[in-house]
Parts: sequence; C-alpha cells; structure tokens
Amino acid sequence: MKKTLGILSLLIAICAFTAWQNPDFLNAYNLQNTIRWTALYGIISIGVSFVIITGGIDLSIGSVVGLVGATLALLLSVKGWSVPAALFACVGLSLAIGLAHGLLITKLRLQPFVVTLCGLLLYRGAARFITGDQSLGFGSNFEGLRAFATGSVPLFGGFNLPYPFLIMACIAIVAAVLLNLTVFGRYLLALGRNEEAARFSGIRTDNVIIAAYVFCSLLAGLGGILFALDVNSVQPAGFGEFYELYAIAAAVLGGCSLRGGEGSILGVIIGAAVMRVLYNAINILGIPTHLEFAVIGAVILAGVIADELVKRLIARRNAPA
Amino acid sequence: MTAPLLEVRGVSRRFPGVLALDGVSLQLAPGEVLAVIGENGAGKSTLMKILAGVQQADEGEVLLEGRPVRFGSVREAQQNGIALIHQELNLADNLSVGANIFLGSEPHRIGLIDFRAIEQRSAALLQRVGLQVSPRTLVHRLSPGRQQLVEIAKALSLDARVLIMDEPTSSLSQAETERLYEVIRELSAAGVAVIYISHRLGEVKELAHRVTVLRDGKNAGELAKDEIRHDAMVRLMVGRDVVVEPREAPGLPTEPRLRVRNLVSPEYPEHKVSFEVFAGEIVGLAGLVGAGRTELLHTLFGVTPALGGSIELEGQALAIRHPLDAIRAGMALAPEDRKGQGLVLEMAIRENASLAAVRRDQRWGLLDFAAERALAKEAITRLNVRTPNDRKVVRLLSGGNQQKVVLGKWLALSPKLLLLDEPTRGIDVGAKQEIYRIMRALAEEGVAILFVSSEMEEVLQLSDRALVMHEGRISGALDRRHLTEEAVMALATGARHPEGVPA
Repeated sequence: MKKTLGILSLLIAICAFTAWQNPDFLNAYNLQNTIRWTALYGIISIGVSFVIITGGIDLSIGSVVGLVGATLALLLSVKGWSVPAALFACVGLSLAIGLAHGLLITKLRLQPFVVTLCGLLLYRGAARFITGDQSLGFGSNFEGLRAFATGSVPLFGGFNLPYPFLIMACIAIVAAVLLNLTVFGRYLLALGRNEEAARFSGIRTDNVIIAAYVFCSLLAGLGGILFALDVNSVQPAGFGEFYELYAIAAAVLGGCSLRGGEGSILGVIIGAAVMRVLYNAINILGIPTHLEFAVIGAVILAGVIADELVKRLIARRNAPA
Repeated sequence: MTAPLLEVRGVSRRFPGVLALDGVSLQLAPGEVLAVIGENGAGKSTLMKILAGVQQADEGEVLLEGRPVRFGSVREAQQNGIALIHQELNLADNLSVGANIFLGSEPHRIGLIDFRAIEQRSAALLQRVGLQVSPRTLVHRLSPGRQQLVEIAKALSLDARVLIMDEPTSSLSQAETERLYEVIRELSAAGVAVIYISHRLGEVKELAHRVTVLRDGKNAGELAKDEIRHDAMVRLMVGRDVVVEPREAPGLPTEPRLRVRNLVSPEYPEHKVSFEVFAGEIVGLAGLVGAGRTELLHTLFGVTPALGGSIELEGQALAIRHPLDAIRAGMALAPEDRKGQGLVLEMAIRENASLAAVRRDQRWGLLDFAAERALAKEAITRLNVRTPNDRKVVRLLSGGNQQKVVLGKWLALSPKLLLLDEPTRGIDVGAKQEIYRIMRALAEEGVAILFVSSEMEEVLQLSDRALVMHEGRISGALDRRHLTEEAVMALATGARHPEGVPA
C-alpha cells in the first residue's frame, strides 16, 4: 500500500494540473474515454507485471494484441465463424503463445528478452500475412459483442462507467488475490527474488514461470479482443504497436522492479492510468503531439527517479548500522 | 618489539544505535603476522575498513610509522601502503590475470594501455606469490584459491607494506590454504606486515605471531605466540569457557533410515557411492573441498538428479528428480550457499520460514496466514533466532541467525533426514554452539543427520560416524572409536587407512 502512494500522488498531480489548465478534462465524455483506455491498458499491464515479477520480460504483447485482434476480425467478418468459436480460437491462440514462451524460457533456458523479441516480430508478421495486410473491422455488425468494449453502465450526472473498467476490475481482483493470497503468488514472489533458493525449497519454478507467461499472453490476447472491438478497425501493421512498452512502463511506474520479486496490482493500474492521463493531457492542453513520446518518457523517468530517491531516504533512515 | 609500523590508538566508531568500535587499540610491527579474531559483530570488519580507508573513525587515531594518518578513501590508504583483501573475491573474471592486477592503475603509453608492461610486471608479481600461470590467463579459469593469490599479487602491485586479509581461506582447498600460508610467511620474512582475520582458529595457531581478540567492539585481550591455544582464544572471544560434551553414541535400530546403493551423481559419473544413515545418528561427511560432498547432497536432494543407483528412505525406494520429490519423501537440505540457495534474502523471516510449508498448509491454493505466523513464531523460539519480530528481512540477520531460519524452514516439515552442507560456515563461535545443540537435539528426536563439514574439529566433535570422500568416492567410514584427525586426513587425501571400515 505504501509503495503505491507515490504513484498515486503523481496521478493526482497530473490530473489536477490538467484540470486546472483545461476544465474540459473533467467533462464526462473525456473522463469516460480516459477510463476506458486506462482499463484496456490496465489489463495488459497486469499481465506483464506477473512476468516482470518472475524477473522476466515480455516484449511481444503489442504484437499479440495485433495478431489476436486481426484474427478476431478475420474469423468473424471474413470467415463467418460464430462468436463463441472465434473467441475460443483467440483465447486458444493467446494460451499457445504464452505456453511457447514459457517452455522456451524454462526448458531451453533461453533469455526472456530474446524469446519475446522474436515473438514481437513473428506475431506482427503473422498478423499482416493472415489478413493480406488489409485493415479489417466489424462494420455495424456484432453490436452485442462490441458492447463489451464500447458499452457502459450509467451512473450519476450523465457519467457512464465503461464496461472495460468493470472487466479490468474483475481481472485486477483475481490477480491481486493470486499474487497476495495464494501459494502460487508466494512462489512467484520468492522465485522472482531468488530462483535457486525457491527451487531448493521444493518449488517447481519452471511451472510457476510458465504459468506467468501464459497469464501474460492470455491478458494480452484479451486486450487484443477488447481493443479490436473498441476501435472497430484493425490495421495489422500498426494495431497494438508499442503496447508492450506502455504495459512495461505502467508496471514499472506501479512498483514492479525489473529485477523481479516485487509488484502491486493496484500500483500497476494506477501506472496505466498515469500513462493514459498523460496522453490525454497532451491532447487537450494543446501540447504539440510530436512531443507526446518525449513528455511521456520524461514524466516516467522523473517518476522513477523520485521513487528511487524516496526509497534510499527510507533505507537510510532504517539502516541498522 | 621493534617500533610499530602501524598503531591504532583508542579508535571508536558509532553507527546509528550501535557503538561498533569502542576505544580499540592495536600495534603492528614490520613483518609481523597479527591475527585479529572475535565473534561476528565484534568490530573486526569495521576496524579493518577504517584502516583501509573504506570508513573513517569517529574518535582515536591511526599512526603509520609514528605519524598520524587519516584516510579519506581506499586509494589514499593504498598510496600509504595499506591494502585490504576482502572476504569475497573482487576480481573481474572475464579479464586476464594481468589486467586484474593492474585494474585501476594500468600502465599506459600515449593514452593506450601498455600491455607489455602489464605482462612483465604481473609475471614478476605472480612469481612472488608463487602462482605459476601466465598473466594472460582469464581469471575465471582459475580456482578460488588461485584467484585469492591474484588478489594478493594485486595488493603487492601497490607496494603494500600492510596487508589486511579478511577470511582469506573461506573458499580455499587444503592445498591452496597451505600455499597461502607459505606466501604469507614469505611476505612476512620480506617485512610486509599482515593482519589476518579468521574464524578458523587452527589457521591462527599455524600462522599468527600474535593474536588480538575483539569482543563487543572492545579489546578483549591479546595472546603472545606461545599463548596461542584454541581454548584460550575461544575464552577471550566469548568471555567464558565453551565445552562441547561428547555425546553418548546412540543405540541404533537395525534398519537404516537412508540407504544409498551405487548412486551416480552427474558430477562424478565414473564413481558409484553407497552408504547408510540410521535414525538418530549424526554422520559427518568429511573430505577436502572438491571431493564431491556437496554434489552428493545435491544428488540425494534432487537438485542434480542421479544418473543411476538407488535411494531408499525407511525401506521405500525413491525416484528423486526434483527437490520437491526429496521433500515429499521427508528430506531437507540446508545448502552450503546459504544466501544464494538457502534463503530469499529480501523476504522476511516469516516468509522464509514458511516457504517449504505453505504448500502443505494451503487451503484450496490460498495461503494460511495463521499457520504461517505460528510456524515462524515456533522457529524463532525453538531455534532462538535473535530478532525483534518475524517481519525482519533476513538479509539483515547475522549468519548464525540466517542459518537458524533455514533450519526453521525445514523443521516445520518434521524431516526424517536432514542434510546439512557446511552448517556453520561464516558463523561465529557462540552461534556455532547453538547449531550443534540443535543438531544433537534433533538426533535425539530420531532425525537422521548427514552433514558436510570442512572443519576438522566439527567433524570430530559432532559425528557419531564419519564418511570420508576423496575425488568423488567414499574412501572410508570411521566410527566413533576410529575417528581421529589423522584417520580422516589419510582417507581424505586418498591414502588407505588401515582402520577404515567399509562404508
């Protein structure tokens, strides 16, 4: 909890500054959109945080989003599959990708960076190939299915809570329980800090790591489905591009250490929110969009530096000798 | 005594909440080998760090050849001829021996490293420490003992007149240790003063001209050459007499708890190992470093699964492919590399103590926090772990308390067979005695214990029976009556001992 206070204050500060500069930030439409996209990014960020906790990394998330999104659109709109069959295929594809990553990393002892970097290239190429590099969408069909991404629950004062937020909340609760209250989560945290000691304590570390990669790809695939349903146009060459970096940035901002063994689900979600609010702020404050990446990069760097300095201050105060 | 080369007068150093050094004094003559001993936390390391410029004293003074000095940095101390060799090797093992010796002070010509000068000068230094390798050899190809000699050569390259060695033999084999003794004696004869820190009192007896004992940050006493005896050193270190009463040999059941037949470990595929351990028995596994003892424990425990042979526990044949198989059968292993393999250093005592038991205590995959707290509390009280609470991160505990946490993790599972690899390495005298008491209490309860130790005294004191390994085989077994230092050494070095009975 203490760990997430820093990132939470950063989020509040950015929100307050943006709202002060442009009150439109707080209008219902803008807030809903920001929340919807925070939720979508939050889902893939929760996935990658599990992998980061093992001390690994997944660079293929954006390509998985692209491949799964393209597959969904292809199966539904071109091949005419039924909705359950298409969803089933997409989930199966995500699981298979995660399983492949996990097996290569644990059984062949390949480095996660290399395996998932190759995945990044492979799945992007596959998405462009199966679609003939043509943009695909759902047109005005599948309204019921698309509602999962575009729909919302009306609350007070004309404000609607987007469905993706509810989906993310459910996933976050499951993930937080998994990480903090189960034997699996304890094993994950232990092996992230010291894989060898974990193995010497009787933990089947390979299985735990494989499960983390499967979970990550599964959520990336789910993200792909929701993103595709939301934007209604999957352009295979660019759909989901860089999302792995947003997800990793959100996880790191939220308190995950790339050295492994640390992470908080709530922090990761707030991290994802910071990313989206920043993006939104750049748009509505009239900052030139060419600067988008520069601003996001600078703020993340500042956040990480501040976090490190605070940690050192605390460590010095608690130092035993 | 000749005029002191180095003199420490009333040095104190305070850390938040602790007075690490409280008016400590010592003197060092040229060519003298001074052993500084004391329990962990007695202030040895702090004192050495002050001498080597890593830290500064709050009070008191350090005199070098009679003039007061104050080192602000390691470099300053080195320029004054004082070099510290840390317990952990600090070499870049991807670089050559020569490059390591001159790391940070590379001879250069027109801005480029002068490799020829490095080679020539390192060759001379290597000869001085008696290391017959080319300066171009990569450091990772050398054994730890030879790497230690490279460290000494590096210190000599700085023209060190005072050489401080912190536990230099903790990772050395017997032969390498002997070689190090020779080098130290040669250096001493050449006028280099050596401050030698060690927990191994046998080494101190062997090497030191004088012993200074620290206790709780103060001088506890000094022993001249002819007063250096084991019991005298221990008495000064702990401030009281320490006696380990010999244990009554247990009456053994007829069927062994552990029966190992023709076991082949991946490290030594050419040898088959057979032996037995009985319930309630403490069996020492002696031998030189590298004799295959750790590898044998790792194979029993499933870390490096066996290539052949059989392991039976209480008559049940086991197929052990992973530590979990061994744990389920009732085995436990406290590994030699406590920090790397025994503990998750950044986790709390509570989480470390419960790491092996959470699987058993789960309910539908959920952690049972009440069971976990109870288990940690039990470990802390039963094993006397010194800590304010179970939320303390184990990295902050002393070596002895860390080892107790490792033991606590396994005792929670009530193992039938406890494998201990160097259970007291790097642990101070007081905590050692506690570990011994714990081992004996467990044996009394019927646990079978197989422990590896490179400390002869430990093997002699604790073992009901000892197995001695040599180059991957068990070269002999010695029961209580035949268990002497000579017998163990004869078997460990490969000489057949007449009284050795088959394992």
